[in-house]
Amino acid sequence: MNFTLRVWRQKSAKARGKFVTYEATDISPDMSFMEMLDVVNERLILISEDPIAFDSDCREGICGTCCLVINGRPHGGKHGTTVCQLHMRSFEDGDTITVEPIRARAFPIVKDLITDRSAFDEIIKSGGYVSVSTGSAPDANAIPVPKPDAELAMDAAACVGCGACVACCKNASAMLFVSAKLAHLSLLPQGKAEWRRRVREMVSAMDKAGFGNCTNEKECELVCPKEIKANNIARMNRQFLISLLTDQ
Amino acid sequence: MELDARIPSGPLEQKWDTHRNDLKLVSPANKRKYTIICVGTGLAGASASASLAELGYNVLTFCLQDSPRRAHSIAAQGGINAARNYANDGDSVYRLFHDTIKGGDYRSREANVYRLAQVSGSIIDQCVAQGVPFARDYGGMLVTRSFGGAQVSRTFYARGQTGQQLLIGAYSAMMRQVHAGRIKLFPRRELMDLVVIDGAARGIVVRNLITGEMESFAADAVILATGGYTNVFFLSTNAASCNVSAAWKAYRKGAAFANPCYTQIHPTCIPVTGNHQSKLTLMSESLRNDGRVWIPRNQHDTRDPAQIPEADRFYYLEEKYPAFGNLVPRDVASRNAKSQCDAGRGVGQTGLAVYLDLRDAIARDGADSIREKYGNLFDMYERITAENPYEVPMRIYPAPHYAMGGLWVDYDLMSTVPGLFVLGEANFSDHGANRLGASALMQGLADGYFVIPYTIGGYLAGIQPAQTDASHSAFADSVAAASARIDKLLSIRGSRTAADIHRELGLLLWNNCGMSRNEADLEAALRRIPEIRDEFWHNLMVAGSSDDLNQNLERALRVADFLEFAELMVRDALQRRESCGGHFRVESQTPDGEALRDDEHFSYVGAWEFAGDETPPVLHKEPLQFEAIKLAQRSYK
Repeated sequence: MNFTLRVWRQKSAKARGKFVTYEATDISPDMSFMEMLDVVNERLILISEDPIAFDSDCREGICGTCCLVINGRPHGGKHGTTVCQLHMRSFEDGDTITVEPIRARAFPIVKDLITDRSAFDEIIKSGGYVSVSTGSAPDANAIPVPKPDAELAMDAAACVGCGACVACCKNASAMLFVSAKLAHLSLLPQGKAEWRRRVREMVSAMDKAGFGNCTNEKECELVCPKEIKANNIARMNRQFLISLLTDQ
Repeated sequence: MELDARIPSGPLEQKWDTHRNDLKLVSPANKRKYTIICVGTGLAGASASASLAELGYNVLTFCLQDSPRRAHSIAAQGGINAARNYANDGDSVYRLFHDTIKGGDYRSREANVYRLAQVSGSIIDQCVAQGVPFARDYGGMLVTRSFGGAQVSRTFYARGQTGQQLLIGAYSAMMRQVHAGRIKLFPRRELMDLVVIDGAARGIVVRNLITGEMESFAADAVILATGGYTNVFFLSTNAASCNVSAAWKAYRKGAAFANPCYTQIHPTCIPVTGNHQSKLTLMSESLRNDGRVWIPRNQHDTRDPAQIPEADRFYYLEEKYPAFGNLVPRDVASRNAKSQCDAGRGVGQTGLAVYLDLRDAIARDGADSIREKYGNLFDMYERITAENPYEVPMRIYPAPHYAMGGLWVDYDLMSTVPGLFVLGEANFSDHGANRLGASALMQGLADGYFVIPYTIGGYLAGIQPAQTDASHSAFADSVAAASARIDKLLSIRGSRTAADIHRELGLLLWNNCGMSRNEADLEAALRRIPEIRDEFWHNLMVAGSSDDLNQNLERALRVADFLEFAELMVRDALQRRESCGGHFRVESQTPDGEALRDDEHFSYVGAWEFAGDETPPVLHKEPLQFEAIKLAQRSYK
């Protein structure tokens, strides 16, 4: 297969970026999108051109490192799929494909298609945990967790922190990411003790990092490779209000 | 070099308790005076960083990913073992210990493995308390499943994403300590050198992957939790950035490298389809709970699997190993898949695949029940192969997956360099010559949560804090050496890329030092590797520069280390003229083709000491003594 790629190239955070066109020729339909970019890069290296910088690691859809915006859709828009699991057979031979980094103020571009998503770590740091130190845990079966609760918590905990929700949102809101973590922890008895403080701290860290607000369009739910539900956002808003009203 | 494992005396069951009581302590007020460096944020590194910071030490934590949450432990699918006996099926600390020693083909240390089994239960408690959403039944109790090499059900899991959930637990515990100011986090840093001063590990030099700058950090002790080296095969189930470099730098600074030839080839991976692949994808071993492995009974049977009647299907694992069936250990399952394919019964376009079929389980339990257990794995298989495993049996083949070998450590997890501790897959300690499924997560977390917090205190209590800072000339020497290596790589300007040369090395190792090994092929590889290395240093092309983000350069640096390490791996495979676990020497097998150990001559850990670039490394032997377990030919029949 042959493709024409329009790729965002930007030397560094401060440099001015632009689209550059590359021909990706002789591509196997069984290649993943990353493997196709590998081929393009191998060719660039041999003619001493700077290869396209892009993040990817596990290449099996679980580490969340890769999140490219392809033809305007984070991860390429295939349902429940990270871009490393998107195969070239999903495209038509001869397609022109536009590849961009996530564009959000809170995720500044580092180089080409790579962005700095450390704002997500800052949010987790502010309260995305259960405050339990090593060695002080009770027996694992001491507190029963009903199966439906465990399943719902797991649905939310599946978030890989890729940033697709931010990438597709016109407000660059991180509310799907934040609400998934809040749901994961507050649905479990182990995480309930400190939910009030957690929701306030994490929402505050989210605002501080420069993410926008949610206006209920739910594109995030559509592009999330782990199919995290936007109703987590409703739960978060509810918890946030209650925590403010019941603050001691 | 002296190998002293410093295994505590006394009965096996009491060694760890006695040792903990004997270890010197650092008082709470003094802990903050000590700085500990931890490299790597997988299960071992993240759990160690969090636990040590909770104790009050200053911790500096480094990872090469953009976020510590992305370390490769995240990709572990199936589960984590623990001897809780919640299933009431007769499990115990002793059984987990026994299964692990036997699974490793009697090539691991009894005392370490017993401790691992002892602390396994606390890991589950800790993770549940952190909010890890393990699978539960309707009454709210934890459920378990079975894994290879065990006849009890002791594997706890969170769908097919157990590694992800455990890592997020450890990562969030670590971020809590970052918030508390006790951990300083340095992402996108790659280790360039270990700094050893007056014979002890005193710091590291890292490269800032965004700016290209070299940065020096001094500490009172250094922990490496930098994972395994199976990416030396080029194609493996590891993430793209997994590498041997940190361990290799430590080896060159005096840390012995143990059993480098012990590599695990995982039986259930999606087969190779062409030259374009950058990695191979694992299908969790848990599928073997319900899946049946088969091939056509007749050679070169190209019929569609649905057209092959039951009588023509050869369920070779069930027939050969009736006691364990499809749940034999990984090395046995892999070797059998290879020998069946070599005999012409392989399926798929390349003939290098066998079927893993869930048809009977779907008929028995219904598609919904199977989807609940394995849905995400089935989806992943379909995305990669464009085939629906609910309707067509999966095709699988073995692929490099895990390194049992690693830096040698004593009972306290300290290497032969005082003050350098090695945790998780990066050390050699607990899995012998073959790791059982769901034991890597257990070991990484055992090391980080429940071993190092005690043992590192014993070391630190004996030294004065903050003896050196990064202005010591040893740091400048390491920076200069690393910069010179980078300059050299950039100046070759040849005609082959690092990935291209890496692929050549990987193929050589796969053919000559992979699932089956023999003297002639190993000798040939030992001659060929220096030639490939020479080609690398004379004909490599690295684009870009060293003073900004350059992934091409990062790759070249890692491949350069793999090219040195590969030789040690082959050398180790050559000296071990026996078969054990994943190390199968064709010269040493039972009449029915199983791995045949030679306990009289090879019941030892082979630990290699670096002796210089021009001098062959020196092999040291740590004899393995078995008191609680009687050595026997492994049988899963």
